[in-house]
Amino acid sequence: MRVVVDLNRCQGYAQCAFLAPDVFAMHGEEALLYDAEPDDARRTDVLRAVAACPVRAITVEGAGGRWTADRVGASNGA
Amino acid sequence: MALDGSLERLRREGHIVVVGASLAGLRAAETLREEGFTGTLTMIGDEPYEPYDRPPLSKQVLLGLVPVDQTALPRRRAIDARWRLGVAATALDMAAKRVALADDTSVEYDRLLIATGVRSRPWPNELEAGLDGVFVLRTTDDAARLVHRLRAGPRRVLVIGAGFTGSEIASVCRERELPVTVAERGPAPLVGALGGVIGEVAAELQHQHGVDLRCGVMVTGLDGDGAGRLRRAHFSDGDTLDVEVAVVALGATRNTEWLAGSGLAAGPRGIACDAGCRAFDVRGIVCDDVFVAGDVARSPHPLFGYQFLSLEHWGNAVAQAEVAAHNMISPGERRRPHLWTPYFWSAQFGVNIKSVGVPNMADQILVSQGSLSEHRFTAAYGYQGRVIAAVTFDQAKWLEFYQRQIERAAPFPLPFTTVDRRTEGMRPVPAGFPDPSVPSHGPEVTVSGHSPTDQRVTFTPA
Repeated sequence: MRVVVDLNRCQGYAQCAFLAPDVFAMHGEEALLYDAEPDDARRTDVLRAVAACPVRAITVEGAGGRWTADRVGASNGA
Repeated sequence: MALDGSLERLRREGHIVVVGASLAGLRAAETLREEGFTGTLTMIGDEPYEPYDRPPLSKQVLLGLVPVDQTALPRRRAIDARWRLGVAATALDMAAKRVALADDTSVEYDRLLIATGVRSRPWPNELEAGLDGVFVLRTTDDAARLVHRLRAGPRRVLVIGAGFTGSEIASVCRERELPVTVAERGPAPLVGALGGVIGEVAAELQHQHGVDLRCGVMVTGLDGDGAGRLRRAHFSDGDTLDVEVAVVALGATRNTEWLAGSGLAAGPRGIACDAGCRAFDVRGIVCDDVFVAGDVARSPHPLFGYQFLSLEHWGNAVAQAEVAAHNMISPGERRRPHLWTPYFWSAQFGVNIKSVGVPNMADQILVSQGSLSEHRFTAAYGYQGRVIAAVTFDQAKWLEFYQRQIERAAPFPLPFTTVDRRTEGMRPVPAGFPDPSVPSHGPEVTVSGHSPTDQRVTFTPA
């Protein structure tokens, strides 16, 4: 699955780091680092983190019925 | 309201070409589909990878916490596009509505979105830039090369330029316990973007974390050994330093060369467009079928005196792409202006730095909450008696409040009390920005006057 956090929105509430510690981690007191392509085994944790984020900064793809990436051709993709 | 026939046809069966397959290009493509565009969509990108996220490259990727090829951007929806990846656009023929590509093919469009972004400014001496051990950091390939070399444990890393990217790289080196020297031409790190007052705090952070920070000096040369490996750096103060790795972090240059001769108002400062993201041609007339979004765009902003702003910001790429895509398939009266208030973040030396507004337009600064010495504060920036920007160090939660002050042109200094106001926050002081006529790699926001065809800019390195 794929994750991106809008770090402009993020205010360092750290809910995600509590709920999915293998994917999200605080770096210092407020900065957030995260794994952008966590293992599917973390899906439940990540979805909890998405739901718990007070500023709704986390976008996920490939989880909870969201659409999965289409194929990308190397140079000539029809 | 009925759409006119040609727009209806465009939405149904037109061909939209997006040049630039990174954050802005992807979000624009998603918005086009979201808003009902059912025609053909072609995505052209010079890198052979599907759209990926760049901010992690100088942070978790360089730290080795996340694999370098695992920052692909999540998709908001299917975009059903024809992908032409690994092939750069080389020319634009606006009369024929055609984009030429590096593989000698071409693509015709009904509407074009240009989102070609920026690239790292290379070390100006080509021979020295080619030494084994000299790096830049912009793409996933750059990150792969650099992280590989950092893993090998070089005896010393030299970072040339202490803007945000350079400072983040230095921070990673210290976290990896690598000795690092930072050379900055200006008087302090981040000075071009945040000014001298905050620059002093950034310098303190670097010193505290064991960075050999050298401000007011330029790197004048890089030496290689017989095998072409970087060995030594020379400084403008006469000093020399043995280094195995040098990372050139002298800012970015806009990818507009392919538009030379196209008739678009494109130059080293970007492509001028109106607030609706329509590109200007060199006559200063907006094009109806060429749009611009992301780092490569510069567009007028009413909050900042209608000056043209270029914003190398993640959030701007997303917001401008959404507006551009909407406007590409909407009739005039439904078009929207791109009025995003600039926002960005940086994580370095364990501190979360965030900014809203345009700090480098400011003449004064006031530490309105917290304290500089604690490295935890909120600073408001003033320009001609109004609030124009704010920066937080580990106080992100206050930033939205300041955003609203900026958007309503609140007076500066702030006429009300703020939480945790200290004595140092009682009186504004000069913000300490360097002379803007001296070219700098620092600002990630460039304010470039009112002229859509302003192409005068020269860069003096380091």
